[in-house]
Amino acid sequence: MQIVDRRLNPKAKSLGNRQRFIRRAKAEIKEAVREAVRSRKVSDIGAGEDVRISSKSLREPVFSLDSKSGSRDFVLPGNSDLVVGDAIPKPPPAGGRGSKGSKDGSGEDEFVFSLSREEFLDLFFEDLQLPNLVKAKLKSVKSTELSRAGFSSDGSPSKLNQVRTMRNSLARRIALHRPSLATLEQLKEEIAEAEAESPPDENLLEELRARHARVVCLRKTVAYLDPLDLKFNRFERVPKPSTQAVMFCLMDVSASMTERLKDLAKQFYMLLNIFLRRHYREVQVVFIRHTNVAQEVDEETFFSGRETGGTVVSTAFVEMQRVINERYPLSDWNIYAAQASDGHNFSDDMEECMSILQSSLLSQCQYFAYIEVGAPDDGPYPSSEVWEGYEDLIGQHDNFAMRRVTEAGEIYPVFRNLFSDEKSTKG
Amino acid sequence: MQINPTKATSKLLFDGADWTFDLVKKAYDSVQEIGVGELGLDIYPNVIEVITSEQMLDAYASIGLPQMYRHWSYGKHFVRDEMNYRRGSQALAYELVINSDPCINYIMEENSMTMHTLVLAHAAMGHNHFFKNNYLFQEWTRADAILDYLDFAKSYVSRCEELHGMNAVEQVLDDAHALMQQGISRYPGSNKQMSLARERERALARHLYEERSFNDLWRTVPKQQVQEKPEGEEAPASGGSSQVRLPEENLLYFLEKTAPKLEDWERELLRIVRNLATYFYPQRQTKVMNEGCATWTHFHIMNRLYDTGQLSEGAMLEFLHSHSSVTMQPSWNDRRFSGLNPYALGFAIMRDIERIATEPTSEDKDWFPDIAGSGDPVGELKRIWAEFRDDSFILQYLSPKVIRDFRLFGIHDEAQYPHVFVSSIHDERGYRRVRQNLAQQYCVSSLDPDLQIIDADLQGSRRLVVSHRVRNGVMLERANCERTLYHLARLWGYRVKLVEVDAESGKVLKEHENLRMP
Repeated sequence: MQIVDRRLNPKAKSLGNRQRFIRRAKAEIKEAVREAVRSRKVSDIGAGEDVRISSKSLREPVFSLDSKSGSRDFVLPGNSDLVVGDAIPKPPPAGGRGSKGSKDGSGEDEFVFSLSREEFLDLFFEDLQLPNLVKAKLKSVKSTELSRAGFSSDGSPSKLNQVRTMRNSLARRIALHRPSLATLEQLKEEIAEAEAESPPDENLLEELRARHARVVCLRKTVAYLDPLDLKFNRFERVPKPSTQAVMFCLMDVSASMTERLKDLAKQFYMLLNIFLRRHYREVQVVFIRHTNVAQEVDEETFFSGRETGGTVVSTAFVEMQRVINERYPLSDWNIYAAQASDGHNFSDDMEECMSILQSSLLSQCQYFAYIEVGAPDDGPYPSSEVWEGYEDLIGQHDNFAMRRVTEAGEIYPVFRNLFSDEKSTKG
Repeated sequence: MQINPTKATSKLLFDGADWTFDLVKKAYDSVQEIGVGELGLDIYPNVIEVITSEQMLDAYASIGLPQMYRHWSYGKHFVRDEMNYRRGSQALAYELVINSDPCINYIMEENSMTMHTLVLAHAAMGHNHFFKNNYLFQEWTRADAILDYLDFAKSYVSRCEELHGMNAVEQVLDDAHALMQQGISRYPGSNKQMSLARERERALARHLYEERSFNDLWRTVPKQQVQEKPEGEEAPASGGSSQVRLPEENLLYFLEKTAPKLEDWERELLRIVRNLATYFYPQRQTKVMNEGCATWTHFHIMNRLYDTGQLSEGAMLEFLHSHSSVTMQPSWNDRRFSGLNPYALGFAIMRDIERIATEPTSEDKDWFPDIAGSGDPVGELKRIWAEFRDDSFILQYLSPKVIRDFRLFGIHDEAQYPHVFVSSIHDERGYRRVRQNLAQQYCVSSLDPDLQIIDADLQGSRRLVVSHRVRNGVMLERANCERTLYHLARLWGYRVKLVEVDAESGKVLKEHENLRMP
């Protein structure tokens, strides 16, 4: 007999099977993820998710007998008062043998399981067509950096801390009475002097020689530098100290923004949110919607509420400025803004917009991204007021990006700067 | 009488719930002392492996085997089991035991020392003895080869994935899994023949596989050979030919040998699935006996341990609690009822055999003249464990007393009536009928649909005809049948027809067809 401890063996033995399973049910799972994204809050995007898929593509058919045809005999336990010839009504749907019927029945319709954060984001990114490098960056939860963490008694030579090592060495030498070089020299001089005298005092000379021998021996046994003395600098990986960020979602909610356009905008906000959460310990999201007036609202109202009225973009900027001044002092917060709109604006409002952006907002923001959403069949875009106005900003400001988007896959390029050149945006 | 407390405690195997490797070893030695020493069980050497609950879930997903080739359906079972386990709607088994030589027993780290002792008695003694001695396992499985074979299967499949792409491999495995239950040659004669051939071929296949591993792959066996075979035949359909013997009940075997369009590696995959189906076939036929044997053995051993002062009363109570929940049988109208509990039924019949052998009543003498009062219950049980399977075991040894204890009753069900009828109960007139019906209920060949390939036109239309012998008017479930037929047609590569024929009158009741566009 032999006992083996397998507990330390790799655990995720089924991972390969799980991946194959997800691959198999990809179409259904993706649909479920899309559904989840729709019903999910912008700031919840990072979590795992229970998904519910129909098991149509997961069927594993076998030849089986139909319990609703023909005749059969079977035996049951626990008869209390039945006698031969008694009739028992059949249970309504699943047939006589309860367990068998229900197992197949419930298995066919729906299949619930939970996706990990990793798997969920993978599928989410796939829709957005993110480059692989960016995906990897976004999925890593924390970035770390090396930081000093005291000293240790072993390490690589390059990390030797000389001051500490010498301090130890000195203390040890004093404690163990290691004679200094000066003592040795002095002794040598005394011997020389004693030898030079004539006639030499043999007793003194003998004593001096004995002392000399002891000093030499002591210096040999008590080393100048002992392995015991060595001290090394120690480093630890610690999560990068990061501060807080606030993300402003600005959206035009006038009647021309359809549900589909709003879904697109939502994916845009979510992507920015994931990015920010990788960099900052705390990310707050502020939702500002506008028609011809702007107001700060909660997420629910932001995506579902509908307003009527004209479109005056500058009102949103004014509102954003107000919120920044009230709650998010620039010294403590990194500010990101994401604006989504279908491009309509009162033409005489553009001047106002540009002046707010140029004079204050753009210099306050780490990054300002604008997407203009539209339906895919709109053809080549008629240039919109907002687009034309913003075109001047490109080139003048590094932290401004804009993009026309008709499908989720086109969102990512808006953030290209943000992802490719992390240093300039971290600030 | 004086009780010497130090002496009483010193004999205890363990005290308290915590376990250590030393304690498990000690408990195993005592368990083996009783199992092998006193009962004379004949077992494979044991390997005890301690695992975590996550690893248990992994093992579940690979149908209880230590390793398995990769396929999405195992992933599906894994996510389902995991979900159920996390929600608490499904508990994990205490143990898992593999029919292999050496016999691998998994025990879970979170269990108490009492449970470990129970598991050792149950699996390492009971199941182990059954695996080694039951005639079905001896005839159908090779305990010494299964671990190697799984290793081979796993690497072969992953190698195929590399060479031919995941999709292609997945497709063949999907098809093969659909026909897994039709991948067994049930008649012992054909099985014996095949078993020899299989050994040889498998060795050859593995040899080839090794050769191919660093050689130009898959071209070792020339392709024409496969295609020539069908064309070279003279009277293909009539069954007279030596190469195509019809009717053939083993669909996977037939496809492996004759399907015109399959590549060599695809045939090898069919063979792997077929071999696994064969490996599991005895387990399906001996659920009641296997669990009954293990449960009887652990019950005996744990009681002996207690009698000899090696188990404390606390441990004994813990054991009895879990033993009685394992052997509980809810009534048919109970909310918890989900069929007959094989642990309960097997344990009850075997305890009853023990009783009949030692203290028979006059009823027992009438029913079981050969074992009543023989005085050697363990000898009788060992003989029974070796020579029977579920249906024959029940047919032979289900006693009126057990029928009364379980209050078993027979039901007759005709599809066209809204009611089912009680056909027999636990009285003098009913015993034999209940026993017969119950035995039938465990007869695997009557639970599975009876399918056979009856015609394969290898020259002209290349149509394959499969027949289903309809017994008692029970037809195939339509939706599943159509879907499975699709898989069959995909393997065959051409048109496939399935006819459902009444077993008695020979009348054709229904036809299904799947056209496979070339």
